[in-house]
Amino acid sequence: MRRALGSLALAALAAGAWELYKALAPDEGVSVAGVRFLPRSDDQAMPHLWTVLARLGQPELRGGAPIWEVLLSACLTTLGIVAVGLLAGVVVGGLLAVLMQRFGFAERGLLPYVVLSQTVPLVALAPAIAGWGGAIMPQWGTVSVIAAYLAFFPVAVGLLRGLQSPTPEALELMDSYSASWWATLVKLRLPASLPYLFPALKLAGAAAVVGAVVGEISTGTRGGIGRLVIEYSREATTDPAKVYTAMLGAALLGLTVTGLLTLAQRLAARGATP
Amino acid sequence: MKKILTGVFAAALLLAGCGTADDPADGGDTTTPTKIKLQLQWFVQAQFAGYIAAVDKGFYKEEGLDVEILEGGVDIVPQTVLAQGRADYAVSWVPKALASREQGAAITNVAQIFQRSGTYQVAFADSGIKTPADLKGKKVGNWGFGNEFELFAALTKAGLDPGKDVTLVQQQFDMQALLRGDIDAAQAMSYNEYAQLLEAENPKTKKLYQPSDFTVLDWNEVGTAMLQDAVWASTERLNDTGYQETTVKFLTGTIKGWIYCRDNPEECRDLVVAKGSKLGASHQLWQTVETNKLIWPSPEGIGVVNGGDWKRTVDLALGTKNADGDTVITKQPEGLPYTNDYIKKALAKVGGDTKGESYKPDPVTVEAGGK
Repeated sequence: MRRALGSLALAALAAGAWELYKALAPDEGVSVAGVRFLPRSDDQAMPHLWTVLARLGQPELRGGAPIWEVLLSACLTTLGIVAVGLLAGVVVGGLLAVLMQRFGFAERGLLPYVVLSQTVPLVALAPAIAGWGGAIMPQWGTVSVIAAYLAFFPVAVGLLRGLQSPTPEALELMDSYSASWWATLVKLRLPASLPYLFPALKLAGAAAVVGAVVGEISTGTRGGIGRLVIEYSREATTDPAKVYTAMLGAALLGLTVTGLLTLAQRLAARGATP
Repeated sequence: MKKILTGVFAAALLLAGCGTADDPADGGDTTTPTKIKLQLQWFVQAQFAGYIAAVDKGFYKEEGLDVEILEGGVDIVPQTVLAQGRADYAVSWVPKALASREQGAAITNVAQIFQRSGTYQVAFADSGIKTPADLKGKKVGNWGFGNEFELFAALTKAGLDPGKDVTLVQQQFDMQALLRGDIDAAQAMSYNEYAQLLEAENPKTKKLYQPSDFTVLDWNEVGTAMLQDAVWASTERLNDTGYQETTVKFLTGTIKGWIYCRDNPEECRDLVVAKGSKLGASHQLWQTVETNKLIWPSPEGIGVVNGGDWKRTVDLALGTKNADGDTVITKQPEGLPYTNDYIKKALAKVGGDTKGESYKPDPVTVEAGGK
């Protein structure tokens, strides 16, 4: 309850800061020697928040559905893509973590590549995946692959840390039971890794959302929030509030994914306590 | 624990179901038409109205083709999609396709749909910019990524050094930079960004901007226009008689689609809007009519590559250096860059007015925001 109030207060603070900047900063922003380092604050660049909220209730196009409905359905589509991507990322990341924990040479051999994989710029990767995947899966599938590519990394690294976290005493105890590697993994290492897993999952969730939004823009996949962001951004000249509605949708999607993962963490914590 | 994980996975799978909801549905067919994929350069909009009309009005179906239109995206390169065999035909601008050909994409222009270039450089009328030479010392916006060569050719022709005599500014998708005075001249497509200017409110008059508020540098008049939207086919597959026949059929349907859009712009606008374009209806009507202006009249018939226009495009692609000193291509196109064989067969099949010499565009009233 207190946390919910805290988040609301933060959101109100951010909204206040937006309106305060708008009220105080000059319309043209602040430029020094021809370089603008404080952004413009007029209604074109920063519409009032109430204008953006009011825009949510108005039709997207004349005679069309109100924007909030369009955004909601787009967010649900992207949420589906994110869920598939996150699931794939968790499976791949989890398998890699277990493999690296089991075999020292795998850790030494694989970990650098796992890290390296995240240094490939997404804008270079997305078209490659879209090109290769376009032949064998539906378009939304390639976007999920892009999301998974970003999501597996925190899981692999975080879970590896978690699997390695049991104390030597605990491992020796398992040894004294002559427990198999599998039994040690399931009964000791996996439960011990939960505190590492969930923070990693939240990172993975956020990364999957970014991957899905960028992937949609890159591949031109229809129906999701990423596509709306770019479609609406073309109307910045005449309908600036509309641009922000799409951004608001994307932000809410990110929050929803994180919220769902927090909920999963709570449930897991409850299940883990004896 | 296991139960919870299963629950999470089940929820994820349930959510995943949402993503599959918008797969394109196949139309019910009685015969077994040839399946064809057409890759566009961008999202569905009236720039591609003729292809959409040919699908929706059954012009492709009459030819025994079942055409699926693939939308573009920011990183989708239609020529590459075509060269990799993931589409049967692609719509692409000629200079970009020539660059891809030089990189090894084996593709051939089989129909030059747009006879003219739709790229403008727009400035405010009171800026004193009336010719490319007036851009000297000005801040000139352009989109880069190969969209800048007509501008650079015009600057060079006017005796300016694009690298030194103008300040080049990377332009966004919208026209705010021009309206706010951040740049003195902005790149704009006649059928899209130029309309956005006319759909915006002039803060001084509280009314929409008027064409008289702007000066338009039209590369077709300046003489540095390069050919744009064309239908490209796979060069290798053109050796195959089946693909040759399909190409004629595809072009026949395509021509009929564009003729339909010339004669029924409002209906065509409705077809595009119904395809889920996020641009408003009045904007799409503007785009339909402006696209028509780029096609009609087609003196040798729609889709025929004019040798002179082709040569000018190739010469500019070879000779114009951009800000990095690169040209679009480094040598004359090899192999079969274009052929009029298939479009001429298609034109013979269609008959009727395929030249549109008497085409008179109906004026379109833009509305605020293009709604």
